[in-house]
Amino acid sequence: MTQVSMTVNGQAANGDVEGRTLLSSFLRDQLGLTGTHIGCDTSQCGACVVHVNGEAVKSCTMLAVEADGAEVATIEGQAAEDGTLNAIQQAFQDNHGLQCGFCTPGMVMSATALLKDNPKPSEADIRAYLSGNICRCTGYHNIVKSILAASGQDVAGIAAE
Amino acid sequence: MPKDHGIGASPKRREDVRFLTGNGNYTDDINMNGQAYVHFLRSDVAHGTINSIDTAAAAAIPGVVKIFTSVDFEAVGGVPCGWEITDRHGNAMQEPKHPILAEGKVRYVGEMIAAVIAETAEIARDAAEVIEVDISDLPAVVNMKAAVVDGSPKVHDDLTSNLCYDWGFVEENRDAVDAAIKGAAHVTTLELVNNRLIANPMEPRVCIGDYDRPAGDHTLYTTSQNPHVIRLLMGAFVLGIPEHKLRVVSPDVGGGFGTKIFHYAEEAFCTFAAKACNRPVKWTSSRSEAFMSDAHGRDHVTKIELALDADNNFVAVRTDTHANMGAYLSTFAPSVPTWLHGTLMAGNYKTPLIYINVKAVFTNTVPVDAYRGAGRPEASFQLERVIDKAAHELGVDPIALRRQNFITEFPYATPVAVEYDTGDYHATMDKLEEMADFAGFDARRAESEKNGKLRGLGVNCYIEACGIAPSNLVGQLGARAGLYESATVRVNATGGLVVMTGSHSHGQGHETAFPQVIAEMIGIDESMIEIVHGDTSTVPMGMGTYGSRSLAVGGSAMVRATEKIINKAKKIAAHLMEASDADIELKDGTFSIAGTDKSVAWGDVTLAAYVPHNYPLEDIEPGLEETAFYDPANFTYPSGAYACEVEVDPDTGKVTIQRMIAADDFGNIVNPMIVDGQVHGGLAQGIGQALLEGCVYDDDGQLLSGSYMDYAMPRADDLPFYEVDHSCQTPCTHNPLGVKGCGEAGAIGSPPSVVNAVVNALRSAGKDVTHVDMPLSPNRVWEALNG
Ligand code: FES
Ligand code: FES
Repeated sequence: MTQVSMTVNGQAANGDVEGRTLLSSFLRDQLGLTGTHIGCDTSQCGACVVHVNGEAVKSCTMLAVEADGAEVATIEGQAAEDGTLNAIQQAFQDNHGLQCGFCTPGMVMSATALLKDNPKPSEADIRAYLSGNICRCTGYHNIVKSILAASGQDVAGIAAE
Repeated sequence: MPKDHGIGASPKRREDVRFLTGNGNYTDDINMNGQAYVHFLRSDVAHGTINSIDTAAAAAIPGVVKIFTSVDFEAVGGVPCGWEITDRHGNAMQEPKHPILAEGKVRYVGEMIAAVIAETAEIARDAAEVIEVDISDLPAVVNMKAAVVDGSPKVHDDLTSNLCYDWGFVEENRDAVDAAIKGAAHVTTLELVNNRLIANPMEPRVCIGDYDRPAGDHTLYTTSQNPHVIRLLMGAFVLGIPEHKLRVVSPDVGGGFGTKIFHYAEEAFCTFAAKACNRPVKWTSSRSEAFMSDAHGRDHVTKIELALDADNNFVAVRTDTHANMGAYLSTFAPSVPTWLHGTLMAGNYKTPLIYINVKAVFTNTVPVDAYRGAGRPEASFQLERVIDKAAHELGVDPIALRRQNFITEFPYATPVAVEYDTGDYHATMDKLEEMADFAGFDARRAESEKNGKLRGLGVNCYIEACGIAPSNLVGQLGARAGLYESATVRVNATGGLVVMTGSHSHGQGHETAFPQVIAEMIGIDESMIEIVHGDTSTVPMGMGTYGSRSLAVGGSAMVRATEKIINKAKKIAAHLMEASDADIELKDGTFSIAGTDKSVAWGDVTLAAYVPHNYPLEDIEPGLEETAFYDPANFTYPSGAYACEVEVDPDTGKVTIQRMIAADDFGNIVNPMIVDGQVHGGLAQGIGQALLEGCVYDDDGQLLSGSYMDYAMPRADDLPFYEVDHSCQTPCTHNPLGVKGCGEAGAIGSPPSVVNAVVNALRSAGKDVTHVDMPLSPNRVWEALNG
């Protein structure tokens, strides 16, 4: 067992982990942050995306020990203290960018990272960036629309109804 | 002006807030005190005799609690099948035992041989790795047609063959159909494969068994679309636990698409093991396990013939299908290629004579069962493909050929045993033509060709039967379950309501849409209504969500219960206002006496129901809570017309969807935003089937497409923005909401238009391509173009 300590959503977090413990398992099982989801075992689905030192990372591809000392942000830390959704979360709700919600934490965390680097992405930019996040419910239409809306772009003209 | 509340409005989904903040409560998020973890040792060979299982080394690993093999389940029933098919000779289908853990033989890669319970998931996995299993390989049965040839190795030694059933429908029409085809002016024949798919909801399956020894109570938390069905099947047929001692909870479920309908052996195992170990037992499927243990979908090999007279009227359809059942019969597997498929072979057309033959076959593969659309995509695909081929052969416009043969009068009794209540197929086709700008296609094709691309346009119609289903009818057809739905509406003293519905939401947004219906009926705010689902301890016996049935059947139950509430509330209001209940009107949450200005508010009446000081106690009981069970009189029949435009890169064979257009008729719409979302998701799965997804076994029965590296899930950059419309509305005539169901339409309606479009594109290059089998991978398309 190795002792790890990191900052998660602004709070100190410590624990004893095995060498093989994944960051995703540490967050879910030891810290009880079950918003980070596990959708695959081949690093393909993106349900587990968190931010480590400001970068989007699939937390199932990182060992907990590798995140020792890091700043980690998860979906649980995205809304305001009083529960108010942030702009990206709100755009997902406004544009029906989620159905079952299972891919959603990863989608929101990926979208957040995208918009940090590319504040006004095109549709093609968004689709390319999300190719590591699988959603089985929405057909992506409303996810792409949500991210366009979150970046302040007009989505009224997008064929929907 | 779009409405801002009630039926027809699109309020933001209330469930989104918890999902967007990481506060969803999925089964894997639940952890129990003292829980142990299970790891299943699964077969890595498709077919073999188990000679021995040595668990000694595994059992000696510290932290291992207990190891189970089939001997522990000798007193327990097998996993039951929920539908019995009678074959064309009047005999019952062959139904093999489906054990919890493999007994004597393994029959597919992924079948569970042993289970290790340990203190941690890692210890359980490590221990499973050192279990020694000695298996003598047997030849694997993989190819369906070879499987039913005399002398084929058998999946089940105790059955007479690998043929589960040989179903003919409508058997009495067999000779008449043959004669009509023989005498027809033109017959178009098409052989095709409806590719095997894996549903892949993003949340893998999870079960947690819990046992309260002093009380003798079992609880199962499971990722199910229908917790009551699991309670009944597992309790009554597998473990012998009566319902009052067995609670099944399905909390937030991360997508289902059919594959979470079925009762799986893992559920029975965890329930059984929790008692045997006297502690909670949790299993979380990995994605790799999901690929080899979730029931698969589709997998039909079909020949269809369409006969036309000299005026291009359809005179007969004959189909011949081999349908894969996999190694065992999953819960509803036998119904999919038969009643959910054969009854749809009339499509939108007035073909007078239809005969369907289906041979269901056992193979050494994962069990196959319902996946989004279930039987209906297989029906619409072959029919809409053969019509396109016929139009090409006859040199007529494929839309005109369809229109000429449309059913136009309703109700319409098809020759395949169902009666369409309403529809307007010309209206959805008109709408499609308006949306799709077919006139501009040639210019778009020219533009694509300028860029070195081929462009194709494909169109199709679809009809489906959903809102499943009239219990007495499905009972006659072999269902071992009723298919009604339930709802209890509990009004609280201060006027708020809780609805306990047997429908289950795993992405469909019931928590938002269902209150819209009640808010409209009573005239109160949606925020006063709460939806409870997914727990057999609080919800009346219901059948769950699949077959696009939630609103049509579950919503109707809720309407019936609410009507009872309103009737009783009117009696209370009448008493409070000293009037006759016949004179009471309810509008905007206020009861008034017709023609007067006397009124009482909803809240005054609900309070009187629970504080009955001034109350007609001699006539009615206090309280305001009603339950209704709704059994539909018929299926509902959504329909539509779809178009797809593709570009094909002739150098690589890669297909890109340029436009996907859907004009649907879902009857009345409660929440347009949610309906659009359902169609989008269905379209993505249909396009996935057409272009990307394919479950592949090798000749030895090894699953080659066993992860997201090998199984091509549709990604954001594979798909376009869709153009969808549901303004053509012919309300269902037999349910109180006039709704039809929208959950499966996109997956049923889209594959034919995608393939029609690609074939059209390839023909534009001068190739006489008649068909390419799905998935239309670059390789297959390139070969069709260059082969
Ligand atoms: S769980 Fe990390 S990518 Fe799928
Ligand atoms: S919302 Fe269900 S997987 Fe994306």
